[in-house]
Amino acid sequence: MQPFYIIVFLILFPLLLAVASLVLRPLAVRRGVAAPAMWVIAAGSLLLLASTGGDHLFFKVENVILEDFILAAEVGMGLLITYLGLSSKRYFIVLLGAVMTTMTVFFDIIYPPTTHAMHHLFIDRFSVLMALIIGILGTLIINYAIGYMAEYHEHHREVKDRRRFFGFLLYLFISSMFGLVFSNSLKWMLFFWEITTLCSFFLIGYRDDRQSQDSAFRALWMNVLGGIAFSAGVAYLSSRTGIADLDRMILAGSPEVMIPAVLLAFAGLVKSAQMPFSTWLTGAMVAPTPVSALLHSSTMVKAGVYLLLKVSPILNGGPAGICIACIGAVTFLFASFIAVSQSDAKRVLAYSTIATLALIVMCAGVGTYNAAWSALLLIIFHAVAKSLLFLCVGVVDYKLDSRDIEDMDFLIVRMPKVAAMMNIGLAGMFLAPFGMVISKAVTLKALVDVHPLFGVALAFGGGTTMFFYTKWMGKTLMVKATAENREGAISVWEWVTLVVLAVLTIAVCISFPWISSRLIDPYIASVYGHAPTLERSTLILIVVIMASLLVIFPIGVLYNARRRDYRLVGPYLSGGNVNETSFIGAMDRTVYPDTRNYYLSRWFGEPLLLKGGLLCSGFFIIIMFGVVIL
Amino acid sequence: MNPYDASVTNIVLRVIAYVVLAPLAGGILAGLDRKISAWMQGRVGPPVLQPFYDVSKLFRKEKIAVNRFQNFFVFLFFLFMIFTGSLFFAGVNLLLVVFVLMLASLFFVLAGFSVNSPYSHLGAERELIQMMAYDPAIIILAIGFYVVTGSFNVDGIYQSGREGYLIAYLPGIFAAYLYVLTIKFRKSPFDLSMSHHAHQELVRGLTTEFSGPHLGLIETAHWYENILLLALIVLFFSFNPLIGVMVALLAYFAEVFTDNAFARVKWQVMFVSTWVFTIMAGVSNLIIVHYVLRR
Repeated sequence: MQPFYIIVFLILFPLLLAVASLVLRPLAVRRGVAAPAMWVIAAGSLLLLASTGGDHLFFKVENVILEDFILAAEVGMGLLITYLGLSSKRYFIVLLGAVMTTMTVFFDIIYPPTTHAMHHLFIDRFSVLMALIIGILGTLIINYAIGYMAEYHEHHREVKDRRRFFGFLLYLFISSMFGLVFSNSLKWMLFFWEITTLCSFFLIGYRDDRQSQDSAFRALWMNVLGGIAFSAGVAYLSSRTGIADLDRMILAGSPEVMIPAVLLAFAGLVKSAQMPFSTWLTGAMVAPTPVSALLHSSTMVKAGVYLLLKVSPILNGGPAGICIACIGAVTFLFASFIAVSQSDAKRVLAYSTIATLALIVMCAGVGTYNAAWSALLLIIFHAVAKSLLFLCVGVVDYKLDSRDIEDMDFLIVRMPKVAAMMNIGLAGMFLAPFGMVISKAVTLKALVDVHPLFGVALAFGGGTTMFFYTKWMGKTLMVKATAENREGAISVWEWVTLVVLAVLTIAVCISFPWISSRLIDPYIASVYGHAPTLERSTLILIVVIMASLLVIFPIGVLYNARRRDYRLVGPYLSGGNVNETSFIGAMDRTVYPDTRNYYLSRWFGEPLLLKGGLLCSGFFIIIMFGVVIL
Repeated sequence: MNPYDASVTNIVLRVIAYVVLAPLAGGILAGLDRKISAWMQGRVGPPVLQPFYDVSKLFRKEKIAVNRFQNFFVFLFFLFMIFTGSLFFAGVNLLLVVFVLMLASLFFVLAGFSVNSPYSHLGAERELIQMMAYDPAIIILAIGFYVVTGSFNVDGIYQSGREGYLIAYLPGIFAAYLYVLTIKFRKSPFDLSMSHHAHQELVRGLTTEFSGPHLGLIETAHWYENILLLALIVLFFSFNPLIGVMVALLAYFAEVFTDNAFARVKWQVMFVSTWVFTIMAGVSNLIIVHYVLRR
């Protein structure tokens, strides 16, 4: 099949589903349509990989009506944002909406650009990779959402059931993400960019209470600000150089593309929630968990780093690039530190998402080929493992009525399957030799080559990352003999997604040499001229360790579950045990000892560190603009 | 046998030598440790081979457990500790060695978490804080070697170290490493998660619920670990391995002396002082050496 038609299908088919989920009234019909339809999208993204192998292809779409429609939609979005600001009396948003509308009207209607994009759509291996993430994870997460949202409304009876709107937004989002990664025309890219911003806004505000409104508007103003920078970059570029395509911008090589590149990078920094704009992502955790998994960890925030990595060859590790790397370093350090002091599982995940994105931003900033290589690897590993973690937390949240890590004691006994999958996700996030650690080792080398201080940031941030993930892991792996199993009420929808994601997390780790040689290496070679090679011995060792762990672990668990050559005794609790969780203490009282994790908020407390991080990164943002403008 | 030869047979021989000899050397060091400690305290002390008697007795003890899975984690700890050391002596990527070492230590922590005893938990949490405290110093050590020698591979570092004096470039990093060794060797003032002095429950920490053969495994794993940690010291002195071994032994006895000379501190002091020292000695060394070598 023609790759072009697959792309168009991937963009338009979710749009069709979006309309369908808005129109179809009975829930059962919507489910009947949604479930199989989504797998078609996943299949479509796989087909794209199979049919093109990710070759670099460009497509011209000459259609005046389409251009006019995009223009009208952009003006419409600007007006919508202005209206949203007016109706909630947030005048800063009104201002941003007005600026956005004015810019579109001014640069596209009053003084329309003299040149147009040569190619509107394209694919290369990077966009195929992103499409696979969007298609497969989008499918799985929407599948999960079907089961989850039913439960959501049982738990939150005060929230108005707007599930049709919810479905509409998710499909619209998927469509616009596909559009974003396949757009070569910067104007189109901006259009899809703004749609994702609005989808994110409405999804964060789904609960429609004070807190979620505040978070939604915070996400809105920050991302609209990024969008304005994007739009300014596009306008500047086309007026100065007449370039309106992404690929031509990257290859231009003239100093005039520096300013637009930095403006686009700024938009990317906001979208990927780097400090000083990290607060929108932590606020976004009020959204239903599938939204956090899809938009705020695996796909939309990745659009930010996608754009950064695209402009990275232009910055070429120059002063502006180093500033971006410094913003990444600051964000990585502070976000990893703050995560130590958080006990809400979703907030821990949010901060660690920010930290991982920061690693990718560092790589994009230094702009060497091996940094870009590990950035792509990080994108894949993080997308899969993190969405698995979010979805596990979502399930636990409603079964234990809490998503606080302190309430996850004995999870392996109370919800064994979910806990096992959660631990797979956790291992994928930080445990050697799985996923993230492979890329961290490569990242470390790539960054140290530029300056050892980046490596130091990795060393300290990495230590704290290990700390906050392990204490979580430890809580879930506590064992006691008697506990009530709480797994009964999990819907089939959720099970399917969790199991597939857990398998996928492992599969991605095991098959990373293949993914790397098939997609990442050729892409890096085509952009930077040469691709890095991981040392053969290291590569073999990593795969061998992973494989042997995957064999040892299940065998060991089964063996230990059956083995009976020891005497089981109660734990030592400081007195005569009543049972395994209580003892007779002084004065003949029954005491229930209870342990809690350390949160070290004296050093890693959010209020202070957040301020520090915002200041430092704001400082580098100013320098970043300063060095290209002056 | 030429120890610098990177042929497959040589690598296999090195690994076998480590797997067989490390527990012997580690055990003897532990025995000397007790002997010298006793001498410092004006006692006679046990025979040098006492650690071997102790461990072999542990293996003959009755097996008891609090739950079915705790010992699996101990087994994994043991397995991966040997594996880490083997990787080091096989001469592969030092970062990989460090990461697998962390993995091994992590299994130990998870063993402590899995038993539902408050002392064990406290020990596990403290062990984690210790890991967070020393982890940056060890990563910085690897970066330091890389900046000077241009290689992350143990073999590569060793080879370049033979031509130049690594210690001359990395004295601060070496000092930071010695500092965290006190934590790693579980010596006072930083023996917070578990101590060799079994006079309080709190001090037994992590190992409270482990006994018999599995306590023996933990003990043996620590011997393996200690040899690996001392071998890292030798890497600084690879221009003359003999001097390296002498320095490593000296460092070990300095740790024994520290153990006897200082009282245990609070974990807060341990954590903050380790990070501060790592930054002051290690990070500054790294930056200086980066600019010196660029000249």
